[in-house]
Amino acid sequence: MIFSLFGRGADIDARKRTFLAIGSFLLPLLVWCLVSYAPFVWHPKVLVTDPGGVDYFQVDMLVDKAMFKDEVANMEQSHLALPVGRPSNPIYLPAPDDVAKAFYNGFVHPPKSTDVPSMPASLWHSVQIIFWGFLISSLIGVPLGIVSGTYNLVGRLNEPFIEFFRYLPAPAFGALAVAILGIYDGPKIAIIVIGTLFQQVLIIANTTRKLETTLIEAARTLGSKNLKLLSTVVVPGILPDLYRDQRILLGWAWTYLIVAELIGTSSGITWFITQQARYQHFDNVYAAIMTIGIIGFGTDLVLGRLGRRLFPWDRTQDRQ
Amino acid sequence: MNLIEPMLPSYLDQSDEVRARFERIRQREVILEVRKLGKRYRSPQGEIEALRGIDFSVRRREFVCVIGPSGCGKSTLIRILAGLDKHTSGEALLDGKPITGPGQDRGMVFQGYSLFPWLTVKKNVMFGPRMKGEGHDQAERDAKLWLELVGLEKFADAYPHQLSGGMRQRVAIARALVNQPRILLMDEPFGALDAQTRAKMQTHLIDIWKNIDVTVLFITHDLDEAIYLADRILVLKAHPGEVQEVIEVPVPRPRTPGQFNSPEFRATKARLEALIHPAPEPLPEDEQAVKPHMIRFTDVHDNVE
Repeated sequence: MIFSLFGRGADIDARKRTFLAIGSFLLPLLVWCLVSYAPFVWHPKVLVTDPGGVDYFQVDMLVDKAMFKDEVANMEQSHLALPVGRPSNPIYLPAPDDVAKAFYNGFVHPPKSTDVPSMPASLWHSVQIIFWGFLISSLIGVPLGIVSGTYNLVGRLNEPFIEFFRYLPAPAFGALAVAILGIYDGPKIAIIVIGTLFQQVLIIANTTRKLETTLIEAARTLGSKNLKLLSTVVVPGILPDLYRDQRILLGWAWTYLIVAELIGTSSGITWFITQQARYQHFDNVYAAIMTIGIIGFGTDLVLGRLGRRLFPWDRTQDRQ
Repeated sequence: MNLIEPMLPSYLDQSDEVRARFERIRQREVILEVRKLGKRYRSPQGEIEALRGIDFSVRRREFVCVIGPSGCGKSTLIRILAGLDKHTSGEALLDGKPITGPGQDRGMVFQGYSLFPWLTVKKNVMFGPRMKGEGHDQAERDAKLWLELVGLEKFADAYPHQLSGGMRQRVAIARALVNQPRILLMDEPFGALDAQTRAKMQTHLIDIWKNIDVTVLFITHDLDEAIYLADRILVLKAHPGEVQEVIEVPVPRPRTPGQFNSPEFRATKARLEALIHPAPEPLPEDEQAVKPHMIRFTDVHDNVE
């Protein structure tokens, strides 16, 4: 019985798979709810609802449990009004419903004043940075990767250097990028390009090399050569794998976003997050972080679906 | 063996009909001529001579099979003829012109089908004509014609992965033939098929060959297949690959599966077996190390044999 739970991927039917997928999201949410709503799990602080006789207590103030206890004892001794409060978690761990409210308010009632960034505007700015960074990286990386994978000579010429370069951490180029490209979006896009491009060339070159040589040979016996061979056999042959690589690389581009946006003038979702954290609006911080996750994961899901439409002949997708 | 069948004729004996047929073949022009062809290459184990002094010629509409033990270089030979590998000595001439690279005058069918998985059956067949510079409509007409010939017109819009092995190989044959090559090179094309499909494909190939002006050079390691299909069989030996004998198959045409038991067929097969010697090849070292030590795990009286 217990062994049936450890079945191989192929044995799990579609309904079970959906169920498990939903479960994988519900489980962490459940833990979060438990920590937030069950007072006996953690709650190391006390939220003051009535300061009583304690002169430095205020409504909505968070104090340590031990300190609250001491003050209650003090007030009892001096026969003053007792402070009232309820157990609470630290400010940096808001409850799920607070985050949900922040999420809703962030999109439905964005702030009116211009000096506070709104979540949708910040996100849109970030998405644009990712888009341009990934586009520029792909325009260079994809053709270079395919050519390196097809022609050994080209591959041998550039891959050792790229292999070296990809170990240089992209954020290390931040100052340089600002010096060259100014303080606005230029250096941010550059960091994403630097972070993605070098991996991209190597991964795509590798994918290209994995194309069956007999397909190229068959095409040659059928009269295809040189550039024609590249456009009629190599590119269509690797397209499904190339698409999959690009999906993974897009995920990497997102991971460089936060660092990139800290360079020069802070902007986009990163600026939103740092601003909100400064005012201790941690519910907004969580909402913003989750939105990044939702956008990233959502795009990948959509692209995955699209891939199945685009490449009906691709057999490896059946196994996913 | 000989005591039971003292009457097995020599494989060199040809009936008048068969002799006359070979006489007619010899009248035809030479399509492929291979002269003193050799191939050496460097490998981590040192320099290897894959082929040495290969000499033979194939005449128009002749069906020649190449057979030999593993490592005799039969695949290397056909790859050189297809232009996919370079030879290091001698020459290979197609219609008197030396072969320098792949070309549409030679069609190739691979063992692994190597159909383009992203193209439908029809588009796979259209690939050659399109490379030749034919327009889409002309190429499509050609493709339809050849798909009909291999009996797959109903599957024109299917993808290769939706077809069975036999059907895929039919597509591969149509794809090679649509260019109307002078010679069709086939590298163990039916090696991956099950016995029944393989027999069907052999008969089908003979039908195609009978109806089309095409010469076939066919590599196989299956003796029956070679005798069933070929006019002549080129027998290679290994290390280095050299021509051991060229056998004129004495089995009369038209060939039918019923001939597998005819005396000519069996005599030819006996000769091939003697030449190729299913030699007890020394097992690789890691195989030699495997020595099962049988322990009885069942009741002593519980015997199955």
